[in-house]
Amino acid sequence: MNTTGLLVFDGLLLISIVSLAWSALASPDARRSVILFMAFGLVLAVAWGRLLAPDVALAEAAIGAGLSGALLLVAVGEQSNRALQDNALRVSERNALRVRATLQWVITILCVALAATLAWALVHALDRATNERLAQIVSENLAASGVSNPVTAILLNFRAYDTLLELAVLLTAVLGILALGTARPDYQRTGPVFDGLARWLVPVLILTAGYLLWVGAHAPGGAFQAGATLAAAAVVLRLAGERSIGLPQAGALRVILAAGVGMFLVVGLTLLLLGRPFLGYPPAWAGSLILLIESAAMLAIAATLVLAFLGGRPPAIAVNEENNRC
Amino acid sequence: MLTAQLLYGLTGCLIVALGLRTVLLHASLLHRVVAINVLGAGVFMILVAIAYRGPGVPPDPIPHALVLTGIVVAVSATALALALARRLTAEQSND
Repeated sequence: MNTTGLLVFDGLLLISIVSLAWSALASPDARRSVILFMAFGLVLAVAWGRLLAPDVALAEAAIGAGLSGALLLVAVGEQSNRALQDNALRVSERNALRVRATLQWVITILCVALAATLAWALVHALDRATNERLAQIVSENLAASGVSNPVTAILLNFRAYDTLLELAVLLTAVLGILALGTARPDYQRTGPVFDGLARWLVPVLILTAGYLLWVGAHAPGGAFQAGATLAAAAVVLRLAGERSIGLPQAGALRVILAAGVGMFLVVGLTLLLLGRPFLGYPPAWAGSLILLIESAAMLAIAATLVLAFLGGRPPAIAVNEENNRC
Repeated sequence: MLTAQLLYGLTGCLIVALGLRTVLLHASLLHRVVAINVLGAGVFMILVAIAYRGPGVPPDPIPHALVLTGIVVAVSATALALALARRLTAEQSND
């Protein structure tokens, strides 16, 4: 494509991104706002594709727009059910939180100032001769990383510490969700049309998850995109009214939730015992070790996202704990 | 400096400001969670714009890895925030 054509495309894309963001934020209706946010995420995925970031595009479409949207939509549904019951409470809440007009102006001006400062910093950063040292180090050492996709090499090898801690964040979040409440009730069984769709879609999603996990070594993909796709399969099953959505029972579920961090630590500590640095894979083994860690991480991510969609402890765990208490 | 880098980067700055404004001003918790996600998307946009090196040139993979991590952390924060909001509503309607 020629430069002018690309510029027109950029312009249209950016206008739609900003207007979707604006209308998602300005809409007073929560359901509308969430749906606009999902559209925003999908258009954003196109922008990541345009900026040659296909790994980010996949993650945005699957996690940013897809699963975040699903989580928000369920929350909206529950809220509007409740709103009918205790409308009075919400009105008083709204009045208490209504911000005075002066304060609104002050905050708006401060936000404009923030945008200007960020823009100044960005122009300054782009203006300086770009420092390619880190990107060069990555491409020089890519051969020793065990994978050929530079993003996977950074996430699972060069900066494996960061990803270990990221999985710890995920584990902390899911522990919080488990502590806060019990799962929402199951949905009613859907009619034959959705049932038929689920029957086709779920196997395809599971297969896609496996493919994304494997292909992440040399092309866009990886544990995060695969985990999100696997979680999407469970979400489809749940929406179809299925009672069993592939989550294991209490004990096994806990093991899977901790599997991402656990496998990272097992590999890291084993390497330490063998006299290598923590998570310093021997180049000959790096590819297999990365796949091993990614498989465990995929299961942990999928289970975490499914539990987030359920909204709390699934019934089996809840019953189990009550028995323990007795 | 490339035009595309500047265009996408500046749009990212704008989206950060829009998101932050709603986080601070909106009363409904759900709107605030959506707004935090929009704010995050703006930050991701700045990072991906910085990583871009022009058509046909491989981009810098380090910001891409950062954004990927950011997306996963954002969804777990969203999930925890929604669980907290749900518990809060349940406690309030019990009173």
